[in-house]
Amino acid sequence: MDWIGLGIIVAKIVFFLLVGFTAAGYVMNLAERKISAFMQDRLGPNRVGFWGLLQPVADIIKLFFKEDVVTDRASKVIYFVAPMIIAFTALSALAVIPLTDVLTFFGRGMAIQIANLNVGILFIFAIASLGTYGAVLSGWAGNSKYSFLGGLRSSAQMISYEVSMGLSIIGILMIFESLRLNDIILGQSPLLWGFLPKWGIVVQPLAFIIFLTAAFAETNRVPFDLQEADAELVAGFHTEFSNSMKFGMFFMAEYINMFTSSAVIVILFFGGWQIPGISTAEIVSFFISLGASEFFASLFTILLQLGVTFAKIAFFMFLFVWVRWTIPRFRYDQLMNLGWKGLLPLAILNILATGLVMVII
Amino acid sequence: MRLKDKRLNILEYFYIPPILKGMGITLRHFFSRKVTVQYPKVKKEIYPRFRGAHRLEKNEQGREKCVACELCATVCPSKAITIEAAESPDPEVEKYPLRYEINVLRCIFCGFCVEACPKEAIAMTDRYELADYSREALVYNKEMLLK
Ligand code: SF4
Ligand code: SF4
Repeated sequence: MDWIGLGIIVAKIVFFLLVGFTAAGYVMNLAERKISAFMQDRLGPNRVGFWGLLQPVADIIKLFFKEDVVTDRASKVIYFVAPMIIAFTALSALAVIPLTDVLTFFGRGMAIQIANLNVGILFIFAIASLGTYGAVLSGWAGNSKYSFLGGLRSSAQMISYEVSMGLSIIGILMIFESLRLNDIILGQSPLLWGFLPKWGIVVQPLAFIIFLTAAFAETNRVPFDLQEADAELVAGFHTEFSNSMKFGMFFMAEYINMFTSSAVIVILFFGGWQIPGISTAEIVSFFISLGASEFFASLFTILLQLGVTFAKIAFFMFLFVWVRWTIPRFRYDQLMNLGWKGLLPLAILNILATGLVMVII
Repeated sequence: MRLKDKRLNILEYFYIPPILKGMGITLRHFFSRKVTVQYPKVKKEIYPRFRGAHRLEKNEQGREKCVACELCATVCPSKAITIEAAESPDPEVEKYPLRYEINVLRCIFCGFCVEACPKEAIAMTDRYELADYSREALVYNKEMLLK
């Protein structure tokens, strides 16, 4: 590997970390509070900075200066490691997310994506299920009944919903015949009957609903935030991490997971970076026809695609927040019922139906 | 009488239509007018019968109207009023309060003292920003109340 290639990879990692910390940590922290306030006819934080834009800065400063209380009976090592596991898994799942198509810069193909893995979607699932360990271990480490219950619930919930989540995308994998995220996105480019983009949601609407529901459960968002359940369990698995930056890590990891989930939804069901009906080559040649040099044409294209991806992802982040402030939490048995008796059979049915249709066509 | 559980139909069982309905409501509120009053900058309108901090009224000679009858102190449900009566220098009036203290920390702003007073000597103002730095500063004495 040459030095430039290495430099590019480091730059990409830095970029994704920045996206993780700012987009997820900063923007969502503020957006969540603003949106929730607006939905409740309030104004939300508006004292720090213009329109409250600096509120998260104030929060971060506060978190850093808070005393780090370690409960006496906590399992110290696990207590320190658990938040790291959560933050680490949340960030590493970003590694395979493609934000743009591959474009040529100085004869070098480049995309805003750290690793173009041939098993990208499996990697995300694997890392996401590792994140559960963070929740379970921190529930255990705190040595309090509330966090312990939260950890237990989190493991049960993850197992139930990962099954239907994994099964729900099999239809997508059958149609696009690849596990590589880029191939799945490219497979969604043709138009059906000349106007409808062959997006995942069009060919697999049922899978979309199942996946979306499971994604809510995977990211521990309302209505499936049983492991936090602030009305029942104080703060669930992170009760004992009441303040300091350890709590900050849980907080951030939740938003980064939300970002990853939204990105996966966009990639699998909404054509990723694509603008329906226009291919990357067409965008580049459009910019060249406007008189841009090859380098700038690529640059504009990559920025355009980045904007498109972020717009799509932003919509789903908004959806996550929107749902959170609309519906109440599920009861535990309802959660299990929905997972095992509702989503799982539907997912299997979806695979059967997809297979049948594919055989017939 | 036995109440029957209403069975959910297939659409309700998958929760989606009710959830969409709820999301419609929250979205409507997202765009609706906000009710927040931005307090220190904007203040709420105060109505004439608002019960804020007390004030002792004065008569034409500029002396307090209070005759130290202690009706207010008697009626006060939280025992916030302390009165020490003395012979009045005014020959028309029998007694006057030598000491008149209202402990605002105890007061619940019920307004009974105002209702009880036969001389209309005590009233309530619309002043409600009463925070202070010490407990002592919140026991209002006669001079403060007469201001
Ligand atoms: S307002 Fe009520 S509580 Fe306050 S001093 Fe008067 S009678 Fe007592
Ligand atoms: S009731 Fe009126 S006159 Fe009597 S002590 Fe109280 S304030 Fe004075």
